[in-house]
This record gives sequence, structure tokens and C-alpha cells, in this order.
Amino acid sequence: MSHSVHSHPQLDVQVERKFIPKQKDLGADVTWAKINKDVLRSLEKPRPVFWVIFFSALALFSFGVYCEVYQYQNGMGVADLNNPQVWGLYIATFIFWIGMGHSGTLLSALLHIIHADWRKPIYRYSEAMTTFTLLTAALFVLVHMGRLWQFYYVVAYPNERWTWPNFTSPLVWDATAIGTYLTSSLLFLYMGMIPDLAICRDNARGARRALYRFLSMGWQGTDRQWANFKVAYMTMACFLMPLAVSVHSIVSTDFAVSQNPGWHVTSFPPYFVLGALYSGCSGIITLFIVLRYVFRFEAYMTQPILNKLIKMTFAIAMVWTYLDLIEYATTWYGSDEVAKADLIYRATGDYALQFWGMIFCAMVMPFTLLIRFVRHNYVVLLIISLILNVGMWLERFQIITPTFAKSHYPWTWTAGWWPSWVQWGIVAGSFGWFTMLFMLYCKIFPSVSMYEVKEMVHEQNMEEKALAAQTDVHEAGLVPEMKGGQA
Amino acid sequence: MKKSHTLALYADMDEAANALRELKSSGMSGFRMEDVVVKSPIDHPELSELLGPRPVYIQWFTLLGVLLGPTTGLVLIASAQASFIYQVRGGRPVVPLPPDMVLTYELFILSGVLMTVLATFVAMKLPGNRSPLYNASVSEDKIGILVKADPQSIPQINEILGRHKPLEIMGDQAR
Repeated sequence: MSHSVHSHPQLDVQVERKFIPKQKDLGADVTWAKINKDVLRSLEKPRPVFWVIFFSALALFSFGVYCEVYQYQNGMGVADLNNPQVWGLYIATFIFWIGMGHSGTLLSALLHIIHADWRKPIYRYSEAMTTFTLLTAALFVLVHMGRLWQFYYVVAYPNERWTWPNFTSPLVWDATAIGTYLTSSLLFLYMGMIPDLAICRDNARGARRALYRFLSMGWQGTDRQWANFKVAYMTMACFLMPLAVSVHSIVSTDFAVSQNPGWHVTSFPPYFVLGALYSGCSGIITLFIVLRYVFRFEAYMTQPILNKLIKMTFAIAMVWTYLDLIEYATTWYGSDEVAKADLIYRATGDYALQFWGMIFCAMVMPFTLLIRFVRHNYVVLLIISLILNVGMWLERFQIITPTFAKSHYPWTWTAGWWPSWVQWGIVAGSFGWFTMLFMLYCKIFPSVSMYEVKEMVHEQNMEEKALAAQTDVHEAGLVPEMKGGQA
Repeated sequence: MKKSHTLALYADMDEAANALRELKSSGMSGFRMEDVVVKSPIDHPELSELLGPRPVYIQWFTLLGVLLGPTTGLVLIASAQASFIYQVRGGRPVVPLPPDMVLTYELFILSGVLMTVLATFVAMKLPGNRSPLYNASVSEDKIGILVKADPQSIPQINEILGRHKPLEIMGDQAR
């Protein structure tokens, strides 16, 4: 980098600039006051398309509720769920939603720990996405139960009848892990929002002011509050990251500790975690584009940030692809003939379309992210991010349905089984539920972290100042004086 | 003696830092640096350094959480399993430790998080609105320096704060 190194004819040393100019994540016109103005405006006046999305989601959710009530009144038979197809779309979609949440934690916790500042404008909505996807996933635990009124058996708690949950069952681990993850994510989201809620409190009127006043709990931005806040936030981030990994590892043990063909695979935990991060990152790209347009966040959700997000998604997609291929290879070269037959059945049997659909959507489509046109055309990118998630949903369908359809015992085979409209309705309703909650959140709470974007602007300004000062030193001919270590 | 308060608002961080430096070096009586509070829209380590040490104790509560949570959790799980000690287990242990570690781990995280949050609210004195002076602009783009001191020292403090181009000085004896 010739522009970053200055040589002096009389000196045999080269003096490197401390700050190498790089592409800024935010534009130079972003000021602290503008950040407040833009983000607070998003709470008041989004584009009209916000209401189109919200009411479409509400309609979808209402249909899902209708299907659930219908199923509750008429029994699980209307969902075509019977032995051995007892999970169907419900658990496939449960895994999908649990997975979607993981990238929120990746962005908000891991990238916070390693001080990757580009996450700052986009981590808040990602963290909210985590919370709402977990809420949605938790619904499926209830939805797939035949006897809904006995849901408390999945919760590890003592009761007066001396009947205890099986603490060695992955299903009980699942419920505990998801409960821990939901609680921790909710607290992490809320903690991170407190300084911004105080900003909202200072600028709102009426009922909104009362809400923000209550939630901000009297935050005033004092140095002691900031010092405690920073330590607490970092500590929570350190808890959240291993928690996210543990949650999806535990979800994978629902399958991996069983003897079913296609499930008894050692690489399932990392495969699940990577799959979760992959679908989550695609979800974050989708929401990035939607929020950028709906709430006019063009100044904060910028192309350099999107580029980094895309690079991360691509890298994760490649690792996931590798693990998926490893899973097939281990089965293919292994000695479990039933597992091998299951693999062949997946690729050539009744669910071959879904299998190859998954391969195309989740393994081939990520390569389009390498094309500059795709990265810069938001409509195309939106479509591709949705296709990636369709691929990841098909992957979850692929894990469950073919294995149940053709397992060890031929008399249990249900080849060609297909879910009923009730299942599809509830799955569609879950997408409506998530979208409705998420859009409502973005309308009530700041979906861009104001104080962290201000930190970004502050750091950018400090860097520019330091760079300008260094340039002045060089231009003033002070370089020879630096030889003696006075710099 | 009842203390008085004064709050100076600055648009520039360097000016606020200079004001703090002068306050620190003034050595006047009736006022301590521990009673100076900086209010700002973001964390300013540069200014915090000038204020002197402001210890944070949250991590000790976190430690307590991560010790108590898994211990309590494991004891509860194991005692529940041990209550079926006469049940036929086919040679398997009554309290199988490896699978119990999963729930123990989850409780380790949960109690750590809960104790951290609890300690944070206590340390930040939330919920509450105890500071007598507040200006909404410190949540936007201004830096506020709040000083608590004896009433007779306030004019001198206001003079020091006023020398560094404040936008406004508020308080009991503000000009």
C-alpha cells in the first residue's frame, strides 16, 4: 500500500501510518443528532408498505390460528400425523425457527466480543429476530403435541405426584435449553436497549412516553451507569455465544442419540449449529433489505456493511455445505446398510424433489453471492436470501420426513406420506406470527442501536483526526525527528 | 450540610475534558472528584479516566451465579433421580452424571445471566431517577458535567465550568 507508507531519502527506515484509510461503514454526513432524528422517525412514520406487510402477516397468522383450533378440536388426525410420521412439518419448522435465531446471537454477541464494529447498525434487529424466532419455535413444541393440556411434562420441574421428567432425555434438555436461551436473549435484547429507550423517553409524548419511561427505568447515561453497562453487556455476550451453540447442539441430539437411519451421525451437532447460522444470516440479509426500505435506514444499513454480512453468510454456507457432504460421505462409506439405503431413498425416492431442491437452493445458490451485481441489486439479493432460507427449510424437512417414511422396519414404511393442509396452514401461520411480531417491534422500539452507531461515528471521527494529525506531521517535515524514538 | 448541584452542558468533548482537568487540579474545598458525574450519549473512556477509578463489581455477582446455579441444579436433578433409588435400572447408574451435565450447563448459563442482570440493575441504581439535574440533550449529542458540592463552592465551580465554552449551566445557583 504505497499511500500508507512514507519513505525519506536520508533515512533507511519507513514510517508506517497508524491508520490506513479504508472504506467507511457509515457516510461522513452521519451525525449524532441525525441518528436520533432518523431512528426516532422510524417509530413514527414508516413507509406505507409497512402496513401492507403487517396486515398480510396478520392475515397469515389468523389462518394459522384457525388451523390450530381446527386441529385442537378434531385431533391430530386432521394433520395426518400418525405413527411413524409423528413430527411432520411441525418439528421441521421448529428446527428452522430455532436455527434462524442463532445468527442474531452471532451478530450481537460474538461480533461484540471481537469488537467487529460493523455489526452495530444491524445487530439490534438481529437480536430481536432471535427473540421472536424463539417465541415462534416454542409454539411448535405445543402445536405438535397430541395432548396439549399436558405440555408441562416437558418442563423439568418437581411436582406433587412424584412423577419426574426424564432428565436424561434430549427432549427435556431441549425444553430447558430453549427456555434458557429465550430468557437470556430477551434480557440481552432489553439490556442493550436501555440507553436507546432513554432517548425515546426524552423525545416521546403521551402513552409512548409513559412506556419508554417505564422501560428505561431512569437511565441517565452517567459515567457509572456506562461503566457498569459495558461490563454487564460484555459478560452477557460471553454467556450468550456458548449458549447458542449448546442450544442447537442439544436440538441435534433429539436426532443424533436415536438409532434412526440418517440421524445417528457424529457430525450432527456442528452441522446443526452451522445450518442455524446459515439460515439466520440469510434471514438477517432479508430483513436488512426490508428494514432499509421500509424505515428509510439507507444511511445506516450501507453497502459496506451488507458486503461484510454477505461474505460471512457465504463463508458459513460453505462450511455447512462441507459438513452436509461429510454426512453423506460417512453414511456412504460406512457399514450401516439401512442408513445407506435411507440416503439413496432421499436422493431418488418419494422426496427426491425436496432433496435436490435443497441441494440447489442451499448449496448452489450461495455461489451467486460472489457476483457483484447480485450483491448490489437489492431486489435480486432479497430473492436469493429467501431462496437460501427455502433451501434450509427443505433441509429440515429432509432430515425428518424420509427417515420416518423408511426406517428399520418395513411394516412401518409410509412412503409418499405428505402433510395435510392443516400442517401447511400452521406453518404458514408461524411465518405470519413472526413477521407480525417483528414488524410491531420495529414500529415500537428502535431497530437500529442509536448509542452504538454514535460510538461508530465517534470512532470514525477520532480516526480521521488522528490520520489528519499524522499527515500534518509528515507534511511539516518532522519525520527525521521521529528517528530518535520521539514519536 | 446540604449539598448543591450544578450541571454544565458541552458540545465538544475536548472542552468537557479540559473542564474536568481544571476541576481536578483546582484543589478547592467543599467538593470531591468522586461527586462529579459525566452524562453522555455514549461511553467516554477518555473522560472516565479523568474522573478517577470507578470500580465495577458486577463480575463478582456473576461469579456467585455461575457457582450457585449449576451446583443447585445438579443437586436438584440428582436428588430427584435418587428418589427412585429402588427402581430397577438394569445396571445403569441411578444418577447418571454425563447426561445430567447438559442441564447443569444450562443452569450455569441461566444463573450467570440472571445474576449479571440483577447486579447490573443494582449497580446502575435502576429503576430510579435520583439525579436532581437532567437535560434531554445528553441523550442526543451533548456532554453534561454534573457536580455536587457545598453551596459556597458552587460559584467557583460554575466559574471553572464556564471557562470552557459550555452551552448552558443549570442548577441551584446557575447564572
